[in-house]
Amino acid sequence: MDTPKWVYSEQVKEHFMDPHNVLEGKPDDFDHDGKGIAGSMQCGDEMLFLIKVDKAQEIITDCRWKTFGCASAIASASKLSDMVKGMQLEEAYQINANDIIVELGGLPDKKVHCSVLGDKALRAAIKNYYQRIGEPEKIPEDYNRLICECKNVTEKDIEDVVLDNIRDFRKLQEETGLGTVCGQCIDEAKQIMQDYIGHYFESRKQKD
Amino acid sequence: MPKTKIYLDNNATTPLHPRVRKKMINTMDVFGNPSSLHQFGREARSLIQNARRDIADFINADPDEIIFAGSGSEANNTVLSMLTCPSKPCTIRSEQKPHVITTEIEHPCILETASCINQTAEVDYLGVDELGKIDLKELKRKLKNNTILVSVMMANNEIGTIQEIKKITEIVKQHGSLMHTDAVQAVGKLPADVKDLDVDYLSMSAHKIYGPKGIGALYIKNGAPFCPFIRGGHQEKGRRAGTENTMGIIGFGEAIRLRKEEMLSEEKRLKKLRQKLKTGLENNIKKIKFIGDQEDTLPNTLNVAFYGVEGESILLYLDNAGIAVSTGSACSSGSTKPSHVISATGLEQEYIHGSIRISMGRNTTEEDIDYTIETFTKVIQKLRSFTTFNNETEK
Repeated sequence: MDTPKWVYSEQVKEHFMDPHNVLEGKPDDFDHDGKGIAGSMQCGDEMLFLIKVDKAQEIITDCRWKTFGCASAIASASKLSDMVKGMQLEEAYQINANDIIVELGGLPDKKVHCSVLGDKALRAAIKNYYQRIGEPEKIPEDYNRLICECKNVTEKDIEDVVLDNIRDFRKLQEETGLGTVCGQCIDEAKQIMQDYIGHYFESRKQKD
Repeated sequence: MPKTKIYLDNNATTPLHPRVRKKMINTMDVFGNPSSLHQFGREARSLIQNARRDIADFINADPDEIIFAGSGSEANNTVLSMLTCPSKPCTIRSEQKPHVITTEIEHPCILETASCINQTAEVDYLGVDELGKIDLKELKRKLKNNTILVSVMMANNEIGTIQEIKKITEIVKQHGSLMHTDAVQAVGKLPADVKDLDVDYLSMSAHKIYGPKGIGALYIKNGAPFCPFIRGGHQEKGRRAGTENTMGIIGFGEAIRLRKEEMLSEEKRLKKLRQKLKTGLENNIKKIKFIGDQEDTLPNTLNVAFYGVEGESILLYLDNAGIAVSTGSACSSGSTKPSHVISATGLEQEYIHGSIRISMGRNTTEEDIDYTIETFTKVIQKLRSFTTFNNETEK
């Protein structure tokens, strides 16, 4: 009888046990051009991401990170740090949790939300870089469109709820209040929710 | 897989005692239905009665006061679900909407049942102090005219804190209410005398004390109201239907009989190991906190929280080194909330996600503890080297 060797994928294990590009010491110990922070201690995870940028080519030449997080958060950050080296800022900004999860050989659904911290912190670092060099207009546009005007719920909020492994529209409404006043946004919000579920969970399952 | 195998998760479950195993193997061909009148049935029935006597002996009850259940969870569900029995003649049905008091740190099988019966009963929860103890004054304040039942666990599975069940029961009885205690983690690790405690109901389980899984028991004091949870059979004198799990029951009986022999000497040994572990961790690792009452505690349980490291990470690094523990961190359960027990003690956020439960057992050796201290020291040092919790994010 074989005992499964490990609870997550082998790739997750490699990155978790021996993570790449961890920041040693304090942020100032690493010469960086952009710094981003995501998550909060209240949720039990937090991520710091530092990038070094080749200004002429707008390429990330090096990076470091630190996290207070679980195995999935650590492995995701490590994988992401490998992925972004040598990458154009614009391209790096578009990386999302799903890209990292695919590279990691998959994560259980309930752990998906632990892996979004890395790309969030990276985007924050890229924003921070553009602000530092005085070119904030270059910050790519976020998909932070307002969906429910009554309750001030954005597309991003819907994504966050899906990442918490919630699939039920009524649950989404309970969490955010979306569509509970005038209800005009309900059809669109349902579609967005479905799209995110497909994006994060179902599309990957088919690939497996 | 690591070669080292150090099992420090005995509050989750325990390995079978070799003598329990032997007894179960020797009797596994006893297949007769214990309800049958013929020799096959009688053979099974007599083995079950012996086990019932062993369990009754341990807690100083009458064998007739013990019924078997599928688990400790079933025993707990049985007690709380009595309050919502739809049957009119059911003895526990009250005229008023029944009121129940329990605590914030109960096992989920109590808490979830309590929230289910909330439709037909009123439920109040007692908080705990930083040691995990309930406040007797708060209990007195919360008792009402229609308080029909109070349910307080004897020893907590996560932090090991032992409640003063005798004092609690005294208050509850004085008020005229019924008293239940979930003693799944306590019975067999500690002595328990139902006559002395005076409780009406007490839940137990076999697999926490080196018996088999899938078998629990409920003590029901003679004369206490009762209504079956599983209906449709005359087994257990009509108190729990379903053909008996003969082999499980035999294992349970043997396990508890052995606890009577081994418990006290083991308690002394475990207390020493616990102290050794606690001192070792304290000396080697900065910024740690021990959760729960350090005096009134299960002798095998040590719950420790590490500042700025996440519990699942610790657990998996330890697992990689061959050590099995459990954690109250949010991430381990896939929820975004950390353990309800640790939260109830009011521990700071910087520590709460990094709590680890170490629960030793009869197989735990002094060498295991040495290796565990050494491994913890390395693991925490490594994880802290990449945690954000050193105020970097605040600059």
